[in-house]
Amino acid sequence: MSIAPALYWLPENPGWRSAAQDFRKSPTWAAAVALADARLDFVRTDMLDGLVRDAFQDAPQAEAAASVRLAVLGSSTLTHLMAGIRVAALRRGVHLTTYEGDYGQYRQALNDADSGLGAFNPTAILFAFDPWHVTAGIHPGLTTKDVDLLFDSVTETIAACWRTARENFGCAILQQTILPTFAPLLGSNEQRLAGSRAGFVRRLNAWLSAQSRAQGVELVALDERAAADGLDAWHDPALWYRSKQEISPAAAPIYGELVVRVLAALQGRSRKCLVLDLDNTIWGGVVGDDGVDGLVLGQGSALGEAFTAVQTYARDLAARGVVLAVCSKNDEANAFEAFDRHPEMVLRRGDIACFAVNWSDKAANLRAVAGELNIGLDSLVFLDDNPAERDLVRRELPMVAVPEIGDDPALYPRTIADAGYFESTGVTDDDRERTRQYRGNRQRDAARETATDMPSYLKGLEMRMLWRPFDRVGLARIVQLINKTNQFNLTTRRYTEKQVSDLMTDPRALTLQIRLIDTFGDNGIVAIVIGRLVGNTLEIDTWLMSCRVLGRQVEAATLNLIAEQALKMGAARLMGEYRPSAKNGMVRDHYRKLGFADIGADSAGHAKSMRDLSDFAPLESFIAIEEG
Amino acid sequence: MTEAEIYAGLTELLRDLFLRDDLVATPTLTAPDVPGWDSLKQINVIIAAEQRFGVKFSSREIESFEDVGSLARTILDRLG
Repeated sequence: MSIAPALYWLPENPGWRSAAQDFRKSPTWAAAVALADARLDFVRTDMLDGLVRDAFQDAPQAEAAASVRLAVLGSSTLTHLMAGIRVAALRRGVHLTTYEGDYGQYRQALNDADSGLGAFNPTAILFAFDPWHVTAGIHPGLTTKDVDLLFDSVTETIAACWRTARENFGCAILQQTILPTFAPLLGSNEQRLAGSRAGFVRRLNAWLSAQSRAQGVELVALDERAAADGLDAWHDPALWYRSKQEISPAAAPIYGELVVRVLAALQGRSRKCLVLDLDNTIWGGVVGDDGVDGLVLGQGSALGEAFTAVQTYARDLAARGVVLAVCSKNDEANAFEAFDRHPEMVLRRGDIACFAVNWSDKAANLRAVAGELNIGLDSLVFLDDNPAERDLVRRELPMVAVPEIGDDPALYPRTIADAGYFESTGVTDDDRERTRQYRGNRQRDAARETATDMPSYLKGLEMRMLWRPFDRVGLARIVQLINKTNQFNLTTRRYTEKQVSDLMTDPRALTLQIRLIDTFGDNGIVAIVIGRLVGNTLEIDTWLMSCRVLGRQVEAATLNLIAEQALKMGAARLMGEYRPSAKNGMVRDHYRKLGFADIGADSAGHAKSMRDLSDFAPLESFIAIEEG
Repeated sequence: MTEAEIYAGLTELLRDLFLRDDLVATPTLTAPDVPGWDSLKQINVIIAAEQRFGVKFSSREIESFEDVGSLARTILDRLG
């Protein structure tokens, strides 16, 4: 009996069935999201999917966080996996519709204008190839040379699919790795038999992970997940023979999670901050009672080593861009003493961007953490060993992720990883500097509170805006910002790496990547602008900014820079555009504030505004603008 | 586990799978009696039953399931 991989980090909901009945009678989007945010097996996943699809044919515009159209193109039966994908999106408040290619017809779907894929207009395409399909023709009698030829042919087919998808649809491309379903013929040294199907699959997976990045393709690593869960949890040979289901229906919920996590990462919907409780979460014991010297941490006991591993995992997450915070019921002095004095502490005070250590309730403190870091509550993951605290936070703040971590710290790191909260498709230099940047923000906030007035605070920051046109060095971060920024984003246009690099050589395009440096450090790239010269009008296609630098006059300085560059390109005026989305209400009046005149909305409801450059005088700001 | 408990479990499972609260698992119930019970749903019924009752059916057993009665009997044989 194989164990289906469970979404074990999500809470069991004993009242789920009756809540589902209530939903059926009076469906609301919020109730649907709440139903999805529980430990669902495939039956309940299917059930919820059916109920939600009856209730919401279209994305509920006002409520859904986003709308995604995902095409799944593969070589075997996929229908039974779609509910898992849709419900995993629902769990994140995202309305996802799927297009399923006809059985095995992925090339036709991509190339044939009438296939329906064009009408579906996907925002993402997932390629799902089964191991039988990609190893067709491989058998142990083949020579190494024959196998190499087949390998080249298979990889060229896959690469051609990626190319066609990009050229015809310009959307995000996902590729799932190949499940290692074949029984080995040699054993541990399987790779020594060229014509082994098991070895061929391993080789293909190595090729996928080596090639995907350069081709702008994101992997969905089924092989890794199946290795962790056990292949039996994912694949049942009897179902393959019976119905060509490569992936067992029982694995559909976790399959959907894996797919949607990558989509979420591309859209900037991964969580950003890990908030840690202290006592019995990152060390054993209660510091207020047991004292710093009485804490269980580090070498000398198995439990102490397990807590060390929790801290190490948190520190390593921080090193790749996850922000750490602390939320604990303690006297602050006791908590700080442990951080400063305990010799086995892996985490230091400097690793934590924000401390909320007091006796207030944890929901209030999590609100304070989000406020102080200037991120949404839906960016937080809260790690706490106490089930009562977890329950309270879930009830008060359903948007905060609170994993069921159990009571064994040895399992905490794996649980955080399995939950996939922090899925990321790559790491940029800014990610590595994240904690320092947030700490710099807090120092700036403190400076602002002590400054007597705003101008003297801004002046004291000694801000320098460093700008450059788009270039290879900045490409990864530029693409990340274009695809992740939701709030301060005038048009929310998303571009692929290829589209962005095409702009670099377009003489009629103005591209700006803008970095902000001040006395507290380098804020990294904080704003992106794309303009297009049409006649003598520079149309501002994209203007986005990191909310971390709100209220710092970056908008004004950026406009000065745009105007200066536009004049150099021969433009006589600027045209601004505001395309409303669910999240960008904060920039509704952006252009008006900068002195643009409304010229009405186009047929799609996108507000346009104009600013003449003949009498343009730079706006006042305390920011020095430098190219570099 | 008693036969009655198995039928009660199968009833809940069928109601969840087919979104119908009037379904009752009886020995003579077959796929054609339930709209939407196609070959893919048949697999879902079998796997859901495996998970719910903690058993794994062999390919031969799966081929032999003609009605809910034969499914219930196999589960009962296993759980004794």
